[in-house]
Amino acid sequence: MKNRQGPGRFLFGLAATLFIALAGCSDNRSSFLDPAGPIAAAQKAHLLEVIGWTMIAIVPVFVLVPLMLWRYRYRNAKARYAPDWAFSGLLDTVMWGVPFLIVAVLATLLWYSTHALDPYKPIASDEPPLEVRVVGLDWKWLFIYPDLGIATVNELAIPENTSVALDLTSDTVMQSFLIPALAGQIYTMPGMRTRLHLLADEPGRFEGMNAQFTGTGFTKQKFATLAMSRGDFDAWVARVRAEGTPLDAATYARLAAASTGAEAKAALKAGAGPQDVIYFSSVTPDLFAEIMHRYMQGTPVPPKLQPGAVGYESDAEETR
Amino acid sequence: MNTDQPLHWLLGRLDISALPILPAIRNPTPSEFVAAGAALAVIVGAFAALAFLTWFRLWTPLWRDWLTSTDHKRIGIMYVVLAIVMMARGVIEAGVMRTQQAFGLGGGFLTPEHFSELFTTHGTIMIFFVAMPLIAGIVNYIMPLQIGARDMSFPVMNQISLGLTATGAALVMISLVLAQFSNGTWAAYPPYTGLDFNPGTGPDYWIWTIVFSGIGSTLSGINFAVTIYKERAPGMTLFRMPVFCWTVLCTAIIMIFALPPLTVAALMLGADRYLDFHFFTNDLGGNMMNFVNLFWLFGHPEVYLLVIPAYGVLSETVATFSGKRIYGYTSMVYATMAIAVLSFCVWLHHFFTMGQSANVNIVFGVASMMIAVPTGVKVYNWMATMFRGRIRMTVPMIYAIGFFYLFVIGGLTGVILANPTITYQVHNTLFLVAHFHNVIIPGVVFGLLSGYHYWFPKAFGFRLHEGWGRLIALCWIFGFSLAFLPLYALGFMGMPRRTANFTDPAYLPLLYVALFGAAILLVAVVSILIQLWVSVRRREELAVPLGDPWNGRTLEWATPSPPPPYNFAILPQVRCIDDFADAKATGRAYAEPGADAYEDIEMPDNTPIGVFLCIGTTVLGLALVFYIWWLAIASFVAMTLVFIVRSFRVSSSHVIPAAEIAAAHRHWLDQVRAAAPVTRLEETHSANRGLAVLERPEMTGAAQ
Ligand code: HEM
Ligand SMILES: [Cu+2]
Repeated sequence: MKNRQGPGRFLFGLAATLFIALAGCSDNRSSFLDPAGPIAAAQKAHLLEVIGWTMIAIVPVFVLVPLMLWRYRYRNAKARYAPDWAFSGLLDTVMWGVPFLIVAVLATLLWYSTHALDPYKPIASDEPPLEVRVVGLDWKWLFIYPDLGIATVNELAIPENTSVALDLTSDTVMQSFLIPALAGQIYTMPGMRTRLHLLADEPGRFEGMNAQFTGTGFTKQKFATLAMSRGDFDAWVARVRAEGTPLDAATYARLAAASTGAEAKAALKAGAGPQDVIYFSSVTPDLFAEIMHRYMQGTPVPPKLQPGAVGYESDAEETR
Repeated sequence: MNTDQPLHWLLGRLDISALPILPAIRNPTPSEFVAAGAALAVIVGAFAALAFLTWFRLWTPLWRDWLTSTDHKRIGIMYVVLAIVMMARGVIEAGVMRTQQAFGLGGGFLTPEHFSELFTTHGTIMIFFVAMPLIAGIVNYIMPLQIGARDMSFPVMNQISLGLTATGAALVMISLVLAQFSNGTWAAYPPYTGLDFNPGTGPDYWIWTIVFSGIGSTLSGINFAVTIYKERAPGMTLFRMPVFCWTVLCTAIIMIFALPPLTVAALMLGADRYLDFHFFTNDLGGNMMNFVNLFWLFGHPEVYLLVIPAYGVLSETVATFSGKRIYGYTSMVYATMAIAVLSFCVWLHHFFTMGQSANVNIVFGVASMMIAVPTGVKVYNWMATMFRGRIRMTVPMIYAIGFFYLFVIGGLTGVILANPTITYQVHNTLFLVAHFHNVIIPGVVFGLLSGYHYWFPKAFGFRLHEGWGRLIALCWIFGFSLAFLPLYALGFMGMPRRTANFTDPAYLPLLYVALFGAAILLVAVVSILIQLWVSVRRREELAVPLGDPWNGRTLEWATPSPPPPYNFAILPQVRCIDDFADAKATGRAYAEPGADAYEDIEMPDNTPIGVFLCIGTTVLGLALVFYIWWLAIASFVAMTLVFIVRSFRVSSSHVIPAAEIAAAHRHWLDQVRAAAPVTRLEETHSANRGLAVLERPEMTGAAQ
């Protein structure tokens, strides 16, 4: 991150450091105050900038309130008492003017940063971007790598310094996709596609999650984002291909039933990878589009065909 | 739910499994015991209340003086009682959640299902049945007195509003005993709350709770606004109203326009669930984003609806306890109106993350930041009010100081959240939970509690115990700081809100601090009840019957405490802002009126219609939740009949003769003349009977 000039920068740098110390700066980084990519770093910088500017309006309150209370306490007969004084044009101009100017500055910052960090905007990088399709399920994440023909559950591996373009949807209720150390949230909704771009500029393991409450397994819907060198990434892809099983329609139907990653892994008897992670060596082409379009055909989708719904039957599709 | 059950036509889907005691017997885990204990507490509490009323033979006075009353003052007090009862439940639930999270590393003692019901009911109760009734209560009591009115414009409708609010509260309480309340968060986003994903009773309870209490609040808003427009005393122009009344007007306007989107959203969700519509379903063109928009089209103005009256209370207390006029009255009025208008233009900041274009986010982000300007102006105005005043550190002033420090922090985090780029990170985390509690507790709750302390002697004729009051205020300030400021850090650390359990031990230290803070808040709430008890016991020495314990500035202090049913024996003639302060300074106050100044006063009769509607809608709500169709129809028809019967009544008011009014008024004036006025040093002593020494600079000898 570039060196920033802003009032209060030091103070809040200090506070931020404290938070990171509390977070432990562990092997599973989960805070944007400990960023690992340009988006999260810019978000952190913007946060500090906003805090700094706002201090101009806030510090006077903190300082003046106690002074006023002491100076004008009831027993202080020496202080001037002006019970009918109730207006000053100059003071009013300052009261309205200063906050207005601060907001004008902040609005300008807001304008630039919102455009610059728009999640739909591709990130420039030297390497060609990696495309990943993300499907939010109850209560796990499915990552499809269309160009590589593989898919995983709860493990998103990406090469470092490579722009990653995510297309997201949900095959249950609304969810919110978040990898704090890399980029902010975006909702995933059934029958719709949202987009998110991110980039990791160092290798590491970053926690990802669903941040929108979705029922009993909600807190288990975490995943690991593994940023790695190009070589390691290729090895990871090879490993998924070698150790994974195919993801066909029937497997997907069982995967999509409400279950945590670990439960799904047991149900599918998938062996490779950590305990809540599943590897798929191949994936039906257009699975993502199929999932999305299923809700948009103008015909009812009964609960038994809606993953996550109470009456969902994972073998309903076949027996229909 | 199974339609082949024999009594289905009679009981709908209500059966023995709806009782929460059974799971606790079958599956004795701590989580089930908490649920069963809560149900038991409701039942025991209800029976204790019934026994109490019967034992002390209070049924008749309860019915005659309270439940059927159309007096805005009594309705106001009933609102506040409802809010305090519901607050007990809300705070206990909060304590259970805090305890669960403090032990939530890898599990805790509550099931995730149970935890989700807790935050849903806590959120729903705190917003709709604590904050809203507290506001409705204080506004009901104070606003007509401040504008010199005898009652609300629509006294019967006022009672009906209370009845409908009570219906909502009753449904939430009954849901503890019969089946379950929703687990779909207070915002109830579909499709999670849709029939496909949530076929149980929960979302239906939520829908009818919201619909009935929402209609009640809309009616309240209409009542408040019309009263302010139509019932002001002679000379009370809009720009002579106390700032509190201006804030009530803003809040009333918000109530009228913001609650209907919520009611409509809830009814549309109901149409999806009951009638197989597809407004918000996944399939057949349903779109959950429409619900999200409608909900926050209500939700954002709602938070201003809550906080604006609190600003009003602070404007009154800071001015009174600084012994000064409010600084920048006009600027205050414009600031409040600006906030009310802007509050309708920012709802999208609750879902910056829904995928709309950057430009849309920018418009709403900048609009959200703009609200910080008038809000800042208000804080500076209060500080300028203290400048060159003579400040007494009474309980309302302690709340005001807590407000200045803590609310400003909430404002800072609000400005942070107005930035879409930062919200992308902290949305849905504990940072957000910290932020909205930070504006709601130091803002709304502190404001309303200071109003409670300030106006209590007006309503009951004796002050609240000052020492307990200080303790309570300090408990709120420190308890809040410990319970919520750590959540900002937890949000930065990436802990999502609504988390029942977690695996990262780094969260623990801060969660322990938050638990400790919540315990202090619990002490604060219990102390409110103790303070009430102590004050009632010592009401003789705390009595201020003459009506003006704080050297007040506005009309409500110009009448005895408690005020007579008609508020003012003679309608006041208002000459300026802070008319009562001016009247005391110029010797107009407490003047003996001429013999012909008294007139007969016509006052509205009592009516039981609010009670009937409350019972009727509660039954209707339960019938709809449990699919008992015959009962739904029957209760609806019964309520319609009640209305028709009532419309045949020709006379609905009675007259209080002038002689009776004159006698009471003269008696009070005699008492005033006989009493010894007190200086502000004796304000919180038993010498204070509610008559103030005039304190002007030339009299106190302060330097000019
Ligand atoms: C008295 C002290 C209070 C404590 C200790 C407390 C604590 C909590 C806790 C632990 C949560 C759940 C946080 C999470 O999602 O992880 C919560 C949520 C919430 N609280 Fe409070 N709270 C308090 C007072 C209030 C008040 C006064 C209000 C409003 C008037 C309020 C409104 C809410 C709302 C709307 C939610 C969100 C519910 C949801 O997620 O659906 N709380 N509170
Ligand atoms: Cu808002």
